[in-house]
Amino acid sequence: MNTEILGVITMYAIVVALAIPLGRYIGKVFNYENTWLDKIFNPIDSLFFKLSGIDPSIEMNWKQHLTALLTINLVWFILSMLVLTNMSWLPLNPDGNPSMSADLAFNTTVSFVTNTNLQHYSGETGLSYLGQLILMLWQFISAGTGIAICAVVFMAMKERATSSLGNFYSLLVRSCTRILFPLAVIVAALLAFNGTPMTFEGKDSLTTLEGEQQQISRGPVAAFVAIKQLGTNGGGFYGPNSTNPMENPNYFTNMAETISIFLIPIAMVFALGYVLKRKKLALVVFGVMTIGFLLLLIPSIYFEMNGNTAITNMGIQQNMGSMEGKEVRFGAAASAYWAINTTCTSNGSVNAMHDSMTPLTGMFTLLGMMINSFYGGVGVGFLNFYIFIILAVFISGLMVGRTPEFLGKKIEAKEMKIAMFIALLHPFLILVATAISSHLYAQDPTTYAGWLANPGFHGFSEMLYEFTSSSANNGSGFEGLGDNTPFWNIACGLVMLLARYLPIIGPVAIAGILANKKYIPESNGTLKTDTSTFGFMVFAVIAIVAALSFFPALTLGPIAEYFSSLK
Amino acid sequence: MKSNLLPAIRLTFVFLVFFCGIYTMIVLGISRMVPSESSFAKTKKGYYENVGQKFSQDKYFWSRPSAVGYNAAGSGGSNKGPTNPDYLAEIHARIDTFMVHNPEIKKEEIPADLITASGSGIDPHISVQAAKVQVKRISKIRNISEDQVIKIIETQTEKPLLGLFGTEKINVLNLNLALDNLN
Repeated sequence: MNTEILGVITMYAIVVALAIPLGRYIGKVFNYENTWLDKIFNPIDSLFFKLSGIDPSIEMNWKQHLTALLTINLVWFILSMLVLTNMSWLPLNPDGNPSMSADLAFNTTVSFVTNTNLQHYSGETGLSYLGQLILMLWQFISAGTGIAICAVVFMAMKERATSSLGNFYSLLVRSCTRILFPLAVIVAALLAFNGTPMTFEGKDSLTTLEGEQQQISRGPVAAFVAIKQLGTNGGGFYGPNSTNPMENPNYFTNMAETISIFLIPIAMVFALGYVLKRKKLALVVFGVMTIGFLLLLIPSIYFEMNGNTAITNMGIQQNMGSMEGKEVRFGAAASAYWAINTTCTSNGSVNAMHDSMTPLTGMFTLLGMMINSFYGGVGVGFLNFYIFIILAVFISGLMVGRTPEFLGKKIEAKEMKIAMFIALLHPFLILVATAISSHLYAQDPTTYAGWLANPGFHGFSEMLYEFTSSSANNGSGFEGLGDNTPFWNIACGLVMLLARYLPIIGPVAIAGILANKKYIPESNGTLKTDTSTFGFMVFAVIAIVAALSFFPALTLGPIAEYFSSLK
Repeated sequence: MKSNLLPAIRLTFVFLVFFCGIYTMIVLGISRMVPSESSFAKTKKGYYENVGQKFSQDKYFWSRPSAVGYNAAGSGGSNKGPTNPDYLAEIHARIDTFMVHNPEIKKEEIPADLITASGSGIDPHISVQAAKVQVKRISKIRNISEDQVIKIIETQTEKPLLGLFGTEKINVLNLNLALDNLN
């Protein structure tokens, strides 16, 4: 078998094999059951709470959870703004890199606190090591925020009527120290042992074999890249992310980094089954997500391995596939696999330039972000999926003429309104923002000439991609877009803010309201949600709500580009 | 919100100490244990194997085109779309340049990685085919037999991981160092 395809299959097999036990472990962490890491982390966690003056045993209702979440995120926002706008004179700046402008610092801060990691700067020249470290901190705790709030929703789904849903700070600390931290140490070690830099020295320089001067950026790369991959963060240490051979030195590290993208998102699904003691439900959710993922993945690998038609027409053989923006050590298949991994989850790291991929692969990466729940970001991916479940329960309830119920709780008008609002928010943000930017560009192409690196349909795709990535809290980009301007910094910042917090508030509110309701035991009249029929319903809802609302925009971008390239 | 503010600030500083400080120190400690041949360190000759170098002289195997001129302190790709006419003209120009320097090679023998820019701009590798199409030029200019050059390519070829996963490739810097060793 082709070694590139075999590599891809092996990566998927390994990630599922690891996610099953990890999901069980995460379930135990959420349930406060004993695990073998307690000996290390019980004392660490209690020190955390002692130093912060927090009593982790106080139970919170869903509103208190959200207040705690938003308050601490505001603290992070302020601290991040302070550091990024003052880096130039703060310590750990051996390369003498400048501070960020206010609009760029706003964009970067929002981007990292919301777990997006959209980057309108380049790490080598735009950040000091202190800046990198502070962003690494957000990579840990913004991912922890997503996991913690997802745990709250899991608890709300249990078979009981209650308003107390655990303690937010406790869940946040546990997610960070017991889940993210040990995994990050392992991945960082694997990277360091394969040639990823881990140093606080500044740039190095050397004379190449041909006698030219070359400068080489270094830094605490291994520590940074590990959590970037694991926490569905995606913001690279270097500008071109994991295409850079220091950030991702060989095929082995590429496997480790790719597996890290999917590991926690898939494990969260199995954790759901463990916490609720509903393995079948978890399998249905996993099945729907997997089918959706494969539908995006398989054609992408096909198109990338087939190469760019325009280059084929010049008489060049593309045995390795489309190689613009790709690295030889990964090849086309592993690059397409990463591209779909990173966009289905809200990771956003890249090991090849998405802007240079063939038109339809570009479309599948866009679709991954538009749906944003085929595994999805750590924690928040399930929250997005939860909205689709609620919609599917309601629609199938109407179809068979029964009161819609999910896990023994009646779903009524209020919950449905919230679910519809959240489901429509994502298309609304993406399409309106893309429309505004397209309008500005079309009105005055000379003023905004710096925006687009590519003409025609592809230029439109660049703008569509940027806002899709912002709204999906993804962070990857069609990087040809000249995006470090006040317009893009502020517009993307606002989209990221709305698209992070509203889709957290909505599902938590629904779950909290449902948790308060009386539990109705299952009867013959209950619509079963752990069957493949229901799985199909959820899939149909996702296809209709998420995919079709974007179809017209996709037609103007990648689809038009594809058909024009066939000429 | 008010009752949450102080705990939130204090917890943030504890996180700061733990993740920026302790976690970083642990990884730094681990990285010190890495044997020098597999760590990020200069080789005896003073180069980084991981970091691609620009090779455009006829006596060396060429490395891939780079959008940033092999600047390892500002790496990046071209970000050109697949149907961009300017980009396709650039590809044409690269093909022509290659054919001028390698007149015995037919166009359909040129592999795509030699005429497309890598994602990082510092890709240290080329494909085996990309090395093979340069054999004639190298052997002529260095006055060595083609067999000798092919032999170097064979010894420098890196198999897929465990022979099973990923691509076959050649590190251009090592290849050219081996070439210089011959003379």
